[in-house]
Amino acid sequence: MGSGGRSASGSSGGPQGPKRDQEPARRRLPRLGAASAAAIHAIASAGDAAAARAQAIARRVGRTPPPPGPFRPGFWRSPIRGPWLTSVFGLVLLVGIPVLFVTGALSYAAYNPDLGPLNDQTPDKGLLGFYLFDWPTQPYWLYRLTQGVHVTLGVVLVPVLLAKLWAVIPKLFEWLPVRSVAHGLERLSLLLLVGGVIFEFVTGILNIQLYYVFPGSFYTLHFYGAWVFIAAFIVHVCLKLGRMTRALGSRDLATELRTDLAHTVPEPPDPHGLVPTAPAAPTMTRRGALGLVGAGSLTLLVVTAGQSVGGLLRGTALLAPHNRDPGSGPNGFQINKTAAAVGVSPAHVGPSWRLEVRGRSPALVFTRAQLLALRQHAAALPIACVEGWSTPDQLWSGLRLTDLAAMAGLPGAGSVLVESVQPPGPYSSVVLRGNQIHDPRSLLALRVNGADLSLDHGFPARVIVPANPGVNNTKWVHRLTFRT
Amino acid sequence: MARFVRWYGAGPLHLLVLVCSFALTAYAFVRLFAVRPVDVAIWFVGAAILHDLILLPLYSLADLSAHSVLRHRTERVPTVPWINYLRVPTFLSGVLLLVWFPLILDLAVPYGGDTRLPESVYLGRWLAITGVLFGASALAFALRLGGIRRAARAAEAGPPSGRDAEP
Repeated sequence: MGSGGRSASGSSGGPQGPKRDQEPARRRLPRLGAASAAAIHAIASAGDAAAARAQAIARRVGRTPPPPGPFRPGFWRSPIRGPWLTSVFGLVLLVGIPVLFVTGALSYAAYNPDLGPLNDQTPDKGLLGFYLFDWPTQPYWLYRLTQGVHVTLGVVLVPVLLAKLWAVIPKLFEWLPVRSVAHGLERLSLLLLVGGVIFEFVTGILNIQLYYVFPGSFYTLHFYGAWVFIAAFIVHVCLKLGRMTRALGSRDLATELRTDLAHTVPEPPDPHGLVPTAPAAPTMTRRGALGLVGAGSLTLLVVTAGQSVGGLLRGTALLAPHNRDPGSGPNGFQINKTAAAVGVSPAHVGPSWRLEVRGRSPALVFTRAQLLALRQHAAALPIACVEGWSTPDQLWSGLRLTDLAAMAGLPGAGSVLVESVQPPGPYSSVVLRGNQIHDPRSLLALRVNGADLSLDHGFPARVIVPANPGVNNTKWVHRLTFRT
Repeated sequence: MARFVRWYGAGPLHLLVLVCSFALTAYAFVRLFAVRPVDVAIWFVGAAILHDLILLPLYSLADLSAHSVLRHRTERVPTVPWINYLRVPTFLSGVLLLVWFPLILDLAVPYGGDTRLPESVYLGRWLAITGVLFGASALAFALRLGGIRRAARAAEAGPPSGRDAEP
């Protein structure tokens, strides 16, 4: 990307290198001199000899020339690297990352982790769950939207993130590595920023492809990792916002978009070392660099977004995990986990299957035929997964959860424990909240799109609740326990 | 105050913001590292190292090598700047691979069993997309080159005026 990221050791950069290198070092000296003078001032009251020695050391350290290679300012030669281009990428991330964080936090809330350990993958969250609220059931497509945006935007921002990191790479090798306490702390924060952002993107992108190689539970890693990252991100924004706005104001976007290669020149020298001191001849305009990154994002959008839109567009998501329908007919829509994958066999749900409904009155037991004989209700609702993919609305029919609560003697039930015949494991049972029970579209579904549920979609009975994350719509349900 | 700035290297607000941030970081870190702390630390720091010290140097080196290895050697025939016709398809194909490599390389073990979808389609699709990108780029380059050479020949044949078209 951009042009000529680094110089080969020969070429034009080499011979002039050392002379140029001394200049920035000298420029930094006054600042460093100030710092060491302050240090000396403090020490002077304690002991003169020590102070003199410290002063000598500080002076010697300040004069240390940068080691060869990327620490030398002449090493980085792309003529388009500079504060303006960096700030354009930074601005895109400044908009995109908060959207990712907010949609991620919404997804966390959507699991209703405060309803107890069954829903809660991060029981030691403490203050980090301060914002949790009762996840609503409307609009019914809410989770489909927020999680589709979260995942698709994350994928689409990958080229922008790469570009931003490319633009600031000389800062990784700035010399001296630590100039003052403030500088050292800020660089530590930058390690958390860069480590954090890549950690979040990598865990998220691997998880949506079911490539579970990360060290531990995805929920734990991605959730706590997000807080580590956002803490560093906020600092970074606080410290760099002014510099970003100044840099953005330094050039006119429309003019840049009209500038051709012959007129592409480096930005004026900046005190922060992004603009190359020995620029190579331009091979790409700034317009070209922005276009390249934009094309990367657009390409990723095209091969990804269809899995969250569904319908005809699903086929356009050429490389996304849920880009084809697993079958045709009424049950031909996307499956999160097949019955076989979680250990549900036809024997679990054969003629001996019963639904048990518990509440205030003695437990009620139904066969599937008895459930079908009760008054059926319909609701058109999507399945939306934490992995970002979703289905368009499917027409479910079955019993309203609120009716079942009334039958159990708890018409005002505040929560329900939903248990599956699925062998114990993540999401084999889940707790739903009162607002989810009492939404008239919340069903214990027996049929979908005019046919019986298939085994992979939860036969004989499954829960479907508007705006609920997919895994909380438990399949193969065998017991509902309503509670006040 | 001035003494603090001299000692610390920035204003007190700088320190305050950073300390706040580190407090939140520490609070989340304790929880992030509660299970398998060493592995998580390797992933966290490794993420930064993998990008900054491996991925970025590799693609920069690839770019520079392409420049020097494939540079135009004859001076007699007019040419056009060609590097971006290579960069653009390489970059686009590369980010697709970077993001979707677990599916493309058939690494996601539970994928087929979980979703009832075959994973084997992805490699072929990525190769096809890559082929289309490079093909389109080659075509665009050929058209551009053809146009320039035709113009150069026309200029040579006609009055000696227009050989300055090249940037």
